[in-house]
Amino acid sequence: MLAEFLQYLFTGITIGATYALIALGFTLIYNASHVINFAQGEFLMIGGMATVSLTAMGVPMVFAVVLAIILAGVLGIALQRLAIAPAKQADVVTLIIITIGASIFIRGIAQVVWGKEYHVMQNFSTDQPIQVFGAVLNSQSLWVLGIGAVMVVALVLFFTKTLIGKAILATSMNKEAARLVGIRTQMVLMLAFMVSALLGSVAGIVVAPITFTSYDIGIILGLKGFVAAAIGGLGSGVGAVVGGLALGIVEAMAAGYISSDYKDAVAFSMILLVLFFMPRGLFGAKVVERV
Amino acid sequence: MLNRFMQSRLRGLMILALILIILPAFLGNPFHYELVTQMAIIAATVVGLNLLVGFAGQISLGHAGFFGLGAYFSGIATGTYGWPSVPALLVGAILVALIAWIVGRPILRLKGHYLSMATLAVGFIIAIILNNERALTGGPDGMPVPAFEVFGWELSAFGRYSLFGLEIEGFQAWYIFASVVLLVAVWFALNLIESPIGRALRSVHGSEVAASVVGVNTAKYKSLVFVISAIYASLMGGLYAHFQGFITPAVASFEFSILFITMVVLGGMGSTFGVILGAVVLKLLPQVLADFQELETVMFGLILMLTMIFMPKGLLPTLTAIVSKRMRKKAGGEA
Repeated sequence: MLAEFLQYLFTGITIGATYALIALGFTLIYNASHVINFAQGEFLMIGGMATVSLTAMGVPMVFAVVLAIILAGVLGIALQRLAIAPAKQADVVTLIIITIGASIFIRGIAQVVWGKEYHVMQNFSTDQPIQVFGAVLNSQSLWVLGIGAVMVVALVLFFTKTLIGKAILATSMNKEAARLVGIRTQMVLMLAFMVSALLGSVAGIVVAPITFTSYDIGIILGLKGFVAAAIGGLGSGVGAVVGGLALGIVEAMAAGYISSDYKDAVAFSMILLVLFFMPRGLFGAKVVERV
Repeated sequence: MLNRFMQSRLRGLMILALILIILPAFLGNPFHYELVTQMAIIAATVVGLNLLVGFAGQISLGHAGFFGLGAYFSGIATGTYGWPSVPALLVGAILVALIAWIVGRPILRLKGHYLSMATLAVGFIIAIILNNERALTGGPDGMPVPAFEVFGWELSAFGRYSLFGLEIEGFQAWYIFASVVLLVAVWFALNLIESPIGRALRSVHGSEVAASVVGVNTAKYKSLVFVISAIYASLMGGLYAHFQGFITPAVASFEFSILFITMVVLGGMGSTFGVILGAVVLKLLPQVLADFQELETVMFGLILMLTMIFMPKGLLPTLTAIVSKRMRKKAGGEA
């Protein structure tokens, strides 16, 4: 009984931590530009796939990971510079469609380069599972949780202690005022896309040994990240983390106790419940519109 | 002023009708007819979706859910339970309208893109149910749907019919039927836009606060237009099911929802004829790109991105702006 519950809990927290990182990526870009970046999942895919193919080429794991993260970061910058920035007068909805185009484009390239098959990534450390009260914990889960926690702490420090982080925060609060005090908002937007890509690729790499990876893994993971962000209240950092963990746990419990066919339906019902009863999400800010 | 409005409204409809009449001259085989008939049904769906996007400023990421529910309701009601086609279409539409209303009413009171999240969720839940309720829907393998029939008269893509003494094939009959449906769908949308409801909606899109200050019940109008757009999707889904004769849960998929919204934005948000162009382009593009084989997806994404970057207002509004600028220049030169 307890073992079963713990098993679902471990699964849920692990996948939930990944969702949280993806949700944070959505939140960053949403705050900086009000764009829902549908290419967010592709950053995960690039992270996982690049690491797998680099290690297959004989690059040591650590370097492969670093290179994959850099590749995703460059991709994030390119996305903002080449696709978002040129469409200056565009409506937010148009920008969202541009990110959909970008995600199809990136996925198409990945399919040409890496093919359609699934790729397996080795666990970071031992393949030996850990026994806790009769439940089995994959050692990779500890890596996911540990690195997830490090990323969250790093983000908090970045936004509260560094000038660049504060500039991003300021821009998300009031773009015009930020520009008046000398913040280059286009630069901030580029940084938001870059950091978001870094977060996404890290999530993609740490979770790859558990879920495997393929050219189209970004679609479903990106979507779950968006669901997590929506549950937490789109635009809230705390909400993204809590939303991600909550989504992961509910999903694992639903799959375990109710039906694995309907686990995604439970996740999507959560969005509706939150929107009906806590419309701004669990942690969404109250918006007052100035006219 | 009113006269001119009427004229311009009818002019667009006349041009569309003319194109639909001339088009068969260029259609060589049943496959062409099938493609164009699908286009007409999907175009009518996005004309409905455009009412929501263009005039209430809201996006739906789950319209395929409504389309798919309409399709499956028609399929199950006529196929499994032997209902006549038209009542099945109507009851399906009522069911979808009810779902849209239940979801839209509370959420459209909020400002922001909450409807996009809610519709995403509803669309997914519908798709998951269609995939898993195998006994009812056949699951991922799909299910057959009987031909469309009205009072014992059957419209099948494989039948033969005589129209005013002219012998025509079933797929041609379907083309004519879908064309008429599209024209009616456009006519209704254009009338709605010019009605008091349409005016209220445009005021909501302009400034929601100002609209509510002068007494427009913004939430009510936004939910109304959301429900109307969902009804469009449901009816068209039902017709699509009868036309195809076989449906799978793909008709309710997220990818299909994204395709719908992309058609609206690519063609030109708020432009009824623009979104029809968007539907045509996005339905044709994969046919054209099939020659690129494995690069098909890359090309599709690239074209979508480039079009939106360089024509952010959408295809038709950008093209008409260019043409009218040219014409004005010409007129200016002559004067």
